[in-house]
Amino acid sequence: MDISDENTAQEAVSAEGTYLQASWRKAAISLLLLGVLIVVAVLAISLGAASLGAFESFSAVLSWLLPMEEPSQLAQMVVLQLRLPRIIMAVVTGLSLGVAGAAMQGVLRNPLVSPYTLGLSSGAACGAALAIVMGAEGGSYVIVISAFSFSLLTMVIVYSISRMKGTSVETLILAGVAMGYLFSAIISSFKYVSGHEELREIVFWLMGGLYTSRWENLTILVPLVLVLTLAILRYSWDLNALSAGEEVAKSLGIDVGRVRVICLSLASVLTAAVISFTGIIGFIGLVSPHLCRLLVGSDHRYLIPASGLMGALVLLISDTACRTAIQPTEIPVGIVTSFIGVPFFLYLLVRKKRRWWQ
Amino acid sequence: MKLSIKDLCFGYNGSLALEDIALDVSEGQIVSLVGPNGAGKSTLLKCIDRILKPNRGSVLVDGRDLARMSGKEISRSMGYVPQSTAEVFPYTVFDIVMMGRRPHIGWRVTQRDISVVAETLRFMGIERFSSRYFDELSGGEKQKIAMARALAQEPKILLLDEPTSNLDILHQLELMKTIERLVRERGISAVMAMHDLNLASRFSHRVVMLKDRMIHEIGPPKEVLTQKNINFVYGVRAEVLVGCDGRPYIIPLEAV
Repeated sequence: MDISDENTAQEAVSAEGTYLQASWRKAAISLLLLGVLIVVAVLAISLGAASLGAFESFSAVLSWLLPMEEPSQLAQMVVLQLRLPRIIMAVVTGLSLGVAGAAMQGVLRNPLVSPYTLGLSSGAACGAALAIVMGAEGGSYVIVISAFSFSLLTMVIVYSISRMKGTSVETLILAGVAMGYLFSAIISSFKYVSGHEELREIVFWLMGGLYTSRWENLTILVPLVLVLTLAILRYSWDLNALSAGEEVAKSLGIDVGRVRVICLSLASVLTAAVISFTGIIGFIGLVSPHLCRLLVGSDHRYLIPASGLMGALVLLISDTACRTAIQPTEIPVGIVTSFIGVPFFLYLLVRKKRRWWQ
Repeated sequence: MKLSIKDLCFGYNGSLALEDIALDVSEGQIVSLVGPNGAGKSTLLKCIDRILKPNRGSVLVDGRDLARMSGKEISRSMGYVPQSTAEVFPYTVFDIVMMGRRPHIGWRVTQRDISVVAETLRFMGIERFSSRYFDELSGGEKQKIAMARALAQEPKILLLDEPTSNLDILHQLELMKTIERLVRERGISAVMAMHDLNLASRFSHRVVMLKDRMIHEIGPPKEVLTQKNINFVYGVRAEVLVGCDGRPYIIPLEAV
């Protein structure tokens, strides 16, 4: 009797202990991701087409932050006006797509969902193509605003359609996929009627890229992305509970309909905001949550930040590869994310014994 | 905690699923809802927990109308155990039971939350699975985990939707014994939708028999589970024996 009591007590301690240990491990992995991201970002500053050494590059950054001897004009120009904003843009974009992907998969309880499944990307592309056909110049704000508005409009349409059928997740996803096809058709017709220059511009936009990264864009995006990410994080527990199904979530006191519309809206705005600047960058929103489920599990308190960091890391590495691989030209980043990410993802998929989604 | 349901009606898109349900459950009682498929047992449980919103009537807990309480408040007084649980994404058993702390939790998990979860796992006898993944476990273990999650809410009323329907006889017995213990030791009341009339008879203080969206009869097992009632409600001719505990046991013979 005594012995069995002792055993039970020990087991209970170990259940608590294991949980705490697992929590620490998840936090440590997230911090490690952050560390790797910082290291890669620092390395990326010294890489690029212009022949600047690491020393020159870092001193340009330091001279900007600290009062010290000014480095060469070239170094300042290249590092501060080209590389640094671009690196930050890659981080912000990757982070947004990773966070939005994790949130959307959680709220729709579906591992195949990405920020693009609901037609957000096609909507944005359609808006951008429309602006280009109407004569907007490449990289102008007219394109950005048009892409952003169309993307959000898509979300509103998709949600309204699903509301007619009692907001079921299935209708939402199907309506999103259908809207995606519709917009693709519209984009095709724009391509068909557009002239040579415009066509090139549309194709460019559709491939996505970070070459338009500028400080003034970042001053809009960085605060927006931070606020939206924190707002999504607040719903971590609700997303965890939703994973057990709507009824259980409701019995845990969660207003499922409200949580769903809020999280979808936050994730949509987050996605729309970045892709309206960068064009379509696929893959990250879908895969980075899956990669992070392998690393930190499904608890959204860890999954959402980890997925954001992973997204940032993948996009930063891809973008650095695109601007340095075949100098002095660039490969569109969407191509590189898939080339780097897909084999890595498939490797993990095959190697891991567990099934990580049903 | 006393649960009372008054004149409750519920309908899906115009067709009624429950009509004029009135039921009182006092503290420390086990009440079974029985009746044929589609009689409204599960729907009634969901209406009690406000997973479904009744069209008319009210559910009161200690005199307080649930319609005037927040979801969080309700979830601190009532726990719901669904018939089956499926997790889309992989969670460990500890994580899943921790979700039951959602009504009490801010963002950070406190030491108390962890202790409650560990203690609940121990109570349910599943602490050895705490770091296993949910989908690796058997049906009986999953049912215990779902119940542990509801218990981690520290509810006064437990609602269970056919808790034994996917279990073998050993697990059925264990689960019912656990419910009995909870009711006795913690003064929890349990309301269960049951298909197994013999388990309902053996473990319930009262049985509520539903037919065609309405309550046909309420009372102690031996008054409700009679040949006549079973014939009328299920359309089945049955033999009713009296067990050594004085409760009725039913042997279904043929459809009438």
